[in-house]
Amino acid sequence: MRASFVASEVGTGLRRNLTMTIAVIITVAVSLGLFGASLLVRAQVSTMKDFWYDKVEVSIFLCSKGSDTPSCAGGAVTDAQRQQIKTDLESLRPLVQDIFYESKEEAYKRFKEQFKNSPIVDNVSPNALPESFRVKLSDPTKYEVVASAFAGRPGIEQVNDQRQILDKFFRLLGGLQLIALLIAMAMLVVTVLLIVNTMRVAAFSRRRETSIMRLVGASNFYIQLPFLLEAALAAGIGALLAIGTLIVTKAVLIDQVLAPSFQFTAFVGWDAVATIAPIMLIVGVGLAGIAAFFTLRKYLRV
Amino acid sequence: MILFDHVTKQYASQTRPALEDVSLEIEKGEFIFLVGPSGSGKSTFLRLVLREERPNKGQVWVLGKELNRLSNWKIPAMRRQIGTVFQDFRLLPNKTVFENVAFALEVIGKPSSQIKKVVPEVLEVVGLEGKEGRRPDELSGGEQQRVAIARAFVNRPMILIADEPTGNLDPATSVGIMKLLDRINKLGTTVVMSTHDSQIVDQMRRRVIELESGHVVRDQSRGVYGYAR
Repeated sequence: MRASFVASEVGTGLRRNLTMTIAVIITVAVSLGLFGASLLVRAQVSTMKDFWYDKVEVSIFLCSKGSDTPSCAGGAVTDAQRQQIKTDLESLRPLVQDIFYESKEEAYKRFKEQFKNSPIVDNVSPNALPESFRVKLSDPTKYEVVASAFAGRPGIEQVNDQRQILDKFFRLLGGLQLIALLIAMAMLVVTVLLIVNTMRVAAFSRRRETSIMRLVGASNFYIQLPFLLEAALAAGIGALLAIGTLIVTKAVLIDQVLAPSFQFTAFVGWDAVATIAPIMLIVGVGLAGIAAFFTLRKYLRV
Repeated sequence: MILFDHVTKQYASQTRPALEDVSLEIEKGEFIFLVGPSGSGKSTFLRLVLREERPNKGQVWVLGKELNRLSNWKIPAMRRQIGTVFQDFRLLPNKTVFENVAFALEVIGKPSSQIKKVVPEVLEVVGLEGKEGRRPDELSGGEQQRVAIARAFVNRPMILIADEPTGNLDPATSVGIMKLLDRINKLGTTVVMSTHDSQIVDQMRRRVIELESGHVVRDQSRGVYGYAR
């Protein structure tokens, strides 16, 4: 094995086939960029799930004077009802992890805090807000247990699961991720086809060399290696470009733009980027190598 | 060295076999002329020896190995013991004489120290000393064929296959090439040469195998090109 000889063959091949090489680099970069982006969105969703599911609660709103739900026919919730609900919640431990009671005054204070920049605060009085129990579950997915036990009971206006609201949002993100992944897959197919074609052209433009190599008894490995390395190198450069884009996205778009504007949620950390980057490199170089290998087997036969 | 045992080769696209039931043996150190009209099966014969084709029937033995039973990955090692020369030289136009010959050693992984030693030696054998730095288009046809022979011989093969090596050369140049092939033969390499050149065959008086329509019609030691010519 003579590394310098192989290296010079690779260099010649890449230069001779420059336009195709650039095309391979760009398609690999774009397809892997999309692929990496979709993996990043997935990591983001799971980060947010961890962050939010930890905070979500089931809210049990109690009847106030003007409520018009059937369960509130008896008017505002009585002290006895409130006490009974609290006892029943206590009996649901350990599924029920924490119970907070929020009075009308507390609800009003929180409301004012949340909407302090909005004129809507001026039109709301403490009496317009319902009192509620905020229940934190040890397993947020078992919301139904609580809902079926309390919904429709006299004195309870409504049982709300915040998780359901979040889930809509996560489904949206999941949909976006799926679309990015599908486009990435289509692009990867395009990339593979392009590499197959590039290898065909490369094998054809060097058929003189390869036919002589065969005649003087060069091994298949030796004949194919420069081509394989060319494909892997082009794909590797494309993958590095895609990884660079991913890093810039994380450093600028997420850390500088999104994170300061949306401080209420968590964003993916560098550990996610560190996991995704090698996957991108392996997928890119691996696909190119496999595509090149099977093309060459057909066009550089013994 | 080379043994054909009832070999038939039929190409899928043709109705008539290119070679039919050919049996012959070539001994070590022989010099063989393979003659016959175009399409008589000379090239197929040579391609079978190189295992570029496989026979449909029969066995081809080269250097003690039956080529049908030789696995694919062993073929390169076998071809290293066979040198090949063609009518159209098949040199790399962007490489110098030295590089063209060195290429044959580079691609089988020989170290550059050995290449630097062996290539000038073989260029001297073929009479191209002093022209190492030329490119093929700066050489005459005869000189280009000498480069091709140097490349085929640099690995000191057991067998040299020459497919009409003088087909593109004028008679005077051809004589030089034949002297060179004769010299290589005397160094111990078995030479199998296909040709249309009756003068050369008649002068050399070596074993002649004549093919016609895929059959051996004549196998004669110290033969001439044809009876009727």
